Amino acid sequence: MTETFLRRVRVAEIERVASRIKRFRLVDAANDRLPDFSAGSHVTVCMRSPDRLIRNPYSLMGCPSDTSSYQISVLNVDNSRGGSQFMHDQVAVGSELEISSPLNLFPPAKLGRKHILVAGGIGITPFIAMTSDLAAHGCDFELHYGVRSEEEGAYCGLLQTTYGERVKVYYQDKGEFIPLERVLGEQPLGTHMYVCGPKPMIDWALKTAKLEGWPDENLHSEQFSAPLPGKPFEVHLAKSGRTITVSGHQSILEALEQNGVDAPYLCRGGACGQCETAVSSCDGPIQHNDHYLTDAEKAGGKKIMICLSRIEGNSITIDL
Amino acid sequence: MTLTFKEETFRDDFTFSNSPKAIRRFPFPFHEDKYMYSVNIEPHTPGAQGSAFEFPIDIDEHYVSEMRDRALVLEADPRRCQALPHMMTAQWDTLELLMTSMAESYPEHFRLTRDGAHWHWINRPLGIEQKFTFGDVSTLPYEPMEYIARQCQGDFSIQDQRDNQLWMDAGIVTTQADWSLDFDVGMNFFEWHAPVPLAHEKGVFERALKFLLNLQCGRPVRRLNWTMTVNPRLDTSPENYHKWGIDRASVTPENVGNKVHLRVELQGLWRLPRSNAILFSIRCYLIKMSELVTVPKWRRRLPRVLRTLPDEIADYKGLTRYRATTIDWLSQYDDGAPTSLGCGPD
Repeated sequence: MTETFLRRVRVAEIERVASRIKRFRLVDAANDRLPDFSAGSHVTVCMRSPDRLIRNPYSLMGCPSDTSSYQISVLNVDNSRGGSQFMHDQVAVGSELEISSPLNLFPPAKLGRKHILVAGGIGITPFIAMTSDLAAHGCDFELHYGVRSEEEGAYCGLLQTTYGERVKVYYQDKGEFIPLERVLGEQPLGTHMYVCGPKPMIDWALKTAKLEGWPDENLHSEQFSAPLPGKPFEVHLAKSGRTITVSGHQSILEALEQNGVDAPYLCRGGACGQCETAVSSCDGPIQHNDHYLTDAEKAGGKKIMICLSRIEGNSITIDL
Repeated sequence: MTLTFKEETFRDDFTFSNSPKAIRRFPFPFHEDKYMYSVNIEPHTPGAQGSAFEFPIDIDEHYVSEMRDRALVLEADPRRCQALPHMMTAQWDTLELLMTSMAESYPEHFRLTRDGAHWHWINRPLGIEQKFTFGDVSTLPYEPMEYIARQCQGDFSIQDQRDNQLWMDAGIVTTQADWSLDFDVGMNFFEWHAPVPLAHEKGVFERALKFLLNLQCGRPVRRLNWTMTVNPRLDTSPENYHKWGIDRASVTPENVGNKVHLRVELQGLWRLPRSNAILFSIRCYLIKMSELVTVPKWRRRLPRVLRTLPDEIADYKGLTRYRATTIDWLSQYDDGAPTSLGCGPD
């Protein structure tokens, strides 16, 4: 949980790979070998901006067996909370950053007979490592990649050159869309689908797969959300008796950290479940923004994922 | 650290024993005078110098003789070592983890030289030297997990992670407390733990699984588990129950000290980098009751723990038949004085 587990890295290369996407190549600051990782892994990058500490998760691209460097891609988001803007504007070749150990919440199913990868926009990043891994193991896969336009789409040419027919790119501005119903309708039993992209796309892909009769176990998705802004509120910590104010642009976790409280976390994107915290009381509805709790748990109001979720009321008491 | 390796047996004439130094470093598992299941997981960080926790993988005076016993078990029953086809990457991860750890911790005994994929391994205690290509199975005499586990104390199982579950899809198990890899292979976390009493109701396994699914590379965790064994037999397997089950009826007030052993497992859990699998290391330590009572704190604590142990747990651990005899024998060494907190000797 604490910063002693962070590794210092140096930016060795920056490349603009699409109009709003930059690729960063990171090497160990002391030129050590970086840890091996498995396809689908991400690291959390810590950025020390002048006014605060920003931590964002980014998927590791590149070939998992090449650990001389790590590669990540960052989309400059319009309504950035600071992380992607910091990476685009403040980080240059030679800059030093800190990263967490790789963590994999989106692994390929090793027993899958075939793999259908569905990417939208910046959601392509985990699939760069995954296609490399699947190809290295001789696995059957297809990548269906939707982008807004040629200027906005990263790695289209590279992927098509490397994997040929197995990669299909769909350009929205040309009126092309992933024909998911047809793609999913013609797959052999034992095929797994993976989707990464904006939330509406993930919802659409999962719903389409279910309507096509795909079992839940064969569907995989990854989405790292940023905490949504909202109204400020107060958090009471039941164990320590402290009260901490969460500002409108902070997550509960960030507010706790700013006040020196060591709360559990891993992915900071509402996916891993590590920051699940029991709620003792809350004077308003909880805005559950995570992808971890079940609908029943969200409705129950007894648990909150403090990395993403907030409340509509004035105060919440949590078991920390 | 330079070790001296003992010549001893874990079968037939059972010449196994612990040196005074080995007794002092025994990982005694009870931190208080009673016992109940818990998710007693802690970071596997280096412990005190000379302790069983000093290094990630502990090698001790029993190493050479234990490896000989493992070879005998595998020769008689090759199904003690199994790996499903999709676990090959995890096997290489395991070989790397064990070789690098052994070479770093015990440079006098083990040496690993890596030049890209060209590796050179030297195991001095067992007289083994091997050049091989990492990732190429044809360059080793066994598959990677079996190759290194024949040279490393402790049993190993490797869990694949998929569908938010852990699946025991590989392992090499020859020093086990009455469980069978051949039976468990391919099972998930809840299935292979199904026989454990009381713990399911307490939600122990749901919590443990949730924790393990997020286990991070480079941050292994450990826990201690324990049972008791009659005679210092490493291979107390269901497959060989006909050979050792009857030993439980052989305990008498006269032979408790030499026959009854506390059996402690130092269990490590490690996220493997390339495969995203989890390696589970189960290192078995044995200590005779006559050795254990040389430590004042332990001779007071153990009879108290055994006396208050719930019957279901005693049954599950197979102690019922000789528990009373063992408590009676140990109690003559318990002067009733209070014991200090923590597991180690005072």
